[in-house]
Amino acid sequence: MVGGGSKEQCNGCGGGGTGSPKVLQFEIASDANADMRKVKQQIMAEVKRCGFCEDDAFAIHLALEEAMINAAKHGNNFDPSKKIHIAAKISPSAAEFTIEDEGGGFSRSCVPDPRLEENLEKSSGRGLLLIESYMNRVEYTCGGRKLHMVKQRENGVH
Amino acid sequence: MAESIAAPVSVTQDKDIRIVEFTHNKILDEGNIAEIGNTLKSLTDERANPKLLLDFANVDHLSSAALGMLININNLVRQKNGQLRLASIKPQIFEVFVITKLNKLFRIFPNREEAKASFM
Repeated sequence: MVGGGSKEQCNGCGGGGTGSPKVLQFEIASDANADMRKVKQQIMAEVKRCGFCEDDAFAIHLALEEAMINAAKHGNNFDPSKKIHIAAKISPSAAEFTIEDEGGGFSRSCVPDPRLEENLEKSSGRGLLLIESYMNRVEYTCGGRKLHMVKQRENGVH
Repeated sequence: MAESIAAPVSVTQDKDIRIVEFTHNKILDEGNIAEIGNTLKSLTDERANPKLLLDFANVDHLSSAALGMLININNLVRQKNGQLRLASIKPQIFEVFVITKLNKLFRIFPNREEAKASFM
């Protein structure tokens, strides 16, 4: 990201006003933890500026964290030559994200439910559950390499 | 922003209970999680029948990787016939445990005192 392809369109929320959604785009390497943190900070700053409540901000922060880690770890196998492409469109009414990795993709139906008794003590496999629980809409395209998720501005978990 | 270099946990002793307080408000980075996991493993390995209390009062964010680390520690503690308690989890974080049904796996208490009182 940093020094790479960070692009911003500065349409802004106007502090909760009626301006066009702010669009943020990033491209980071899969092993770039510091860049990932900066991306999250920039996005969450915009979420806060658009007036999302604390519960919604928490939901967005968690889903974003899980999505980015999934892209880096499961999508790209932490391969530093593979990138994660992140687009965020934040408006006072919704926060919309697209996270795309350069890996081989996956099938959502092949990921077991971590809440089942036989999976409860497994140390991994909860990321997708959390994303789908905290965001209003979640879609997987491009063979699972691209995740699109939306948080409508309201409280609570869905 | 400069990264914090403070230790991610502070450890104290109360009789035979090791109390571990998370000092950072976010338990997210894999490196951070691994460091915490190693500390908790060391505390578990210290003695037979370890009693470990994890205080989440400062924690505002954690990831599924952190949950995975806690599950591994829970398994280690159980293997040593020990006891693990989680305390002072904020409502938003507790909801993560509920969604993942991990509130059924861990013994979670609203505060440190109740958690301490629950050790056998």
